[in-house]
Amino acid sequence: MRHRKYPFIVGFLFLPVLLYTVLVIWPYIQTFGYSLTDWSGVSPSMNFVGFKNYTALLHDDIFMTALGHNLLLIVLLPVVTIVLALFFAFMLNVGGRGGTGGIQGVRGAGFYKVVFFFPQVLSVAILAVLFEAVYRSDGGGLLNGVLIKLGLENAQQPILWLSDPDLVFWCILAVLIWSGVGFYLVMFSAAMQSIPKDIYEAALLDGSGRGQTFFKITIPLLWDTIQTAWVYLAIAAMDAFALVSTMTPPAGIYGGGPNHRSEVLATYLMRNFLPFGKAGYACAMGVVIFFITLILSVVSLRVTRRERIEY
Amino acid sequence: MGSAIEYNRRDIFKRAAAITVLAAGGGSLLAACAGGTGSSSDSKSASPGGGSASNPFGVKASDPLDVVIFKGGYGDDYAKDFEAIYTKDYAGAKISHLGTTDIAGKLQPRFNAGSPPDVVDNSGASQLKLDVLAKNNQLTELTPLLDAPYLDDPTKKVRDVLLPGTLDAGTIDGKVWSLNYVYTVFGLWYSNKLFQEKGWTPPKTWDDFITLCGTIKAAGIAPFAHQGKYPYYANYTIMDLIAKQGGTELFKRLDACDPTAWDDPAVKAGISAFYEIMDKDYLLPGTNGMTHTESQTAWCQGKAAFIPSGSWLENEMIKITPADFDMAFLPVPALAGDKMGPTTLRAGAGEPFIVPKQAKNNAGGLEFLRIMLTKEASGKFAAAANSLTVLKDGVGADVVLKPGTKSSSAALTAAGTNTFYYTYPDVQTEFDTALQAATADLCAKRIGPDQWIAQAKAAASKVKPA
Repeated sequence: MRHRKYPFIVGFLFLPVLLYTVLVIWPYIQTFGYSLTDWSGVSPSMNFVGFKNYTALLHDDIFMTALGHNLLLIVLLPVVTIVLALFFAFMLNVGGRGGTGGIQGVRGAGFYKVVFFFPQVLSVAILAVLFEAVYRSDGGGLLNGVLIKLGLENAQQPILWLSDPDLVFWCILAVLIWSGVGFYLVMFSAAMQSIPKDIYEAALLDGSGRGQTFFKITIPLLWDTIQTAWVYLAIAAMDAFALVSTMTPPAGIYGGGPNHRSEVLATYLMRNFLPFGKAGYACAMGVVIFFITLILSVVSLRVTRRERIEY
Repeated sequence: MGSAIEYNRRDIFKRAAAITVLAAGGGSLLAACAGGTGSSSDSKSASPGGGSASNPFGVKASDPLDVVIFKGGYGDDYAKDFEAIYTKDYAGAKISHLGTTDIAGKLQPRFNAGSPPDVVDNSGASQLKLDVLAKNNQLTELTPLLDAPYLDDPTKKVRDVLLPGTLDAGTIDGKVWSLNYVYTVFGLWYSNKLFQEKGWTPPKTWDDFITLCGTIKAAGIAPFAHQGKYPYYANYTIMDLIAKQGGTELFKRLDACDPTAWDDPAVKAGISAFYEIMDKDYLLPGTNGMTHTESQTAWCQGKAAFIPSGSWLENEMIKITPADFDMAFLPVPALAGDKMGPTTLRAGAGEPFIVPKQAKNNAGGLEFLRIMLTKEASGKFAAAANSLTVLKDGVGADVVLKPGTKSSSAALTAAGTNTFYYTYPDVQTEFDTALQAATADLCAKRIGPDQWIAQAKAAASKVKPA
């Protein structure tokens, strides 16, 4: 019967593979094709220019700045988000020390879990509006309002947050982390709940504290989940388009400012693609982003690969 | 035009959210909507031969008309009125109407597929850029329309009934690609009520302006606000100061992105004059980080005295403006040694209407534009949108104007033919973006006038001659 197996499998896979090819693979190939042209984005006609777009990218300072920001995000976003999410998940699931001796989270863990998950429910558009109010540049903003009331800043010289070149990147990073932690908290919580309680109880009986339990038991047993989170977050860090383009100045042309200090590859790509009419050049950026994302995913999966622990 | 940009920020968010989903995998999916299958050849001729005096473009009532309208601050109901007039003239014409804020999203695929609509109000933050469309041979040149007989009075040509400067914004290298329909005046705005209460006189010269700013600040009100997240508003003041100082010849060189124009002493004089606002700390605190809504609301609440904007401001803020605010317009005050007169102001036409070259009912598109310029259509627009159209004397006595519109049309009358209009924001997007960045830095005092000039000059040098 063996020779009948493959037609059977192919029969099932035909439709998904076809859809995947048409809707994912083919556009990727098209993008690569367009990246070799001077396509304007609004006309069916274009000229082949070879690798000119790619060599131009190498000499494009703004592209390099944007790439730098994405790489910085790739380093910071996963680390901070995962550390925070792990810490909170641990506290919510096994961090408590009830009098009964059982393993449980801190008091009110169920409530906190819901609260932490809230940001995940909000669409990115609402996030942008919400944080524009938080970062508002006069006393009407949440941060400035509080700082002024506390007497920590002069109402005549409010901090500009998103319009301050030295702060804008960190403001965006903070929103990304704020909105991400909840999801990974729930993900890690679910994984932690599948760890048998007796392992924790045994550790407890052996006199291990919270810290030791966390590093010697929780982390190794969660490694697969952490690895997945890492790849997701790295991909999110390569993007960051929605927040940067909606929250940072100059508004209306995909943000990225002031002075490209919050520029990411996706915003620079879109500005070239639509307002500047350099769609071919933008496609070249798209191809570069694609390969960077691909390489990062492969590398992070390889580097973090460890022996799987069966339990 | 700016008027449009403010209205659809919500839409930007929506699109951004959608694009995030697409871009998650690395942005490459963007190409999924791209086409390239349409043919660029055998397009319809721009000026069909079979025209008569009453039907110069040879419109056939049997041809359907496909209209796409930017549904921003002016809505799209006015266009439905125009369509009704069209079907009255061409009985039985089937009209498909789309009102949208997402012009690029809806139309880019259609342009790429070679099947664009017949007439488009190409406005708003996601408008398709005129320079890009024109360079790629996607638009009908509008000379046949301009030379066609005017509907209300066939002894005149269409081009004779337009306000001065109407065609400037839609003209690239001598060819007219768009008919901009709304006439907009640019300058500074203030509350006449506030000024009368405090006994302040609207300044005629920049020196008076700066002195008055000192008085205003002493009264506990911020003298000047601007829409910091959209730095092009501040450029309305800066570039007008420079144009008036340097005269028509310099204005033309600046607008044409001639890098050497930035070496002119008038540029230094203009930007240094503007920089006094920063130097003397006359800005509304936080205004450098504000959106148009935030800053204009603060201004309506009396927290700031002056704000730069175009004449769409009144209609835009109509719900927030106090009833007795008495909005008033002031042309950018004159500098000592100006080559243009003190009443000269920036005025031009916005809401660009285009007729795509590949449109199936090209003639119908042109005819639609001709209908728009009738007194009937113009009056309908003015009543619906509190704004003037490009038609000379286009508003009948029966239309009552709001104070701001009244004030700006009085300023326009005083200016007469002394108006100018920069086209670089419409046709040199990349240069404009760089200039906005420089202005944002200047307003935040991160750079001074000299560096601003250097950055502007560098950006102009990068513009490729067309």
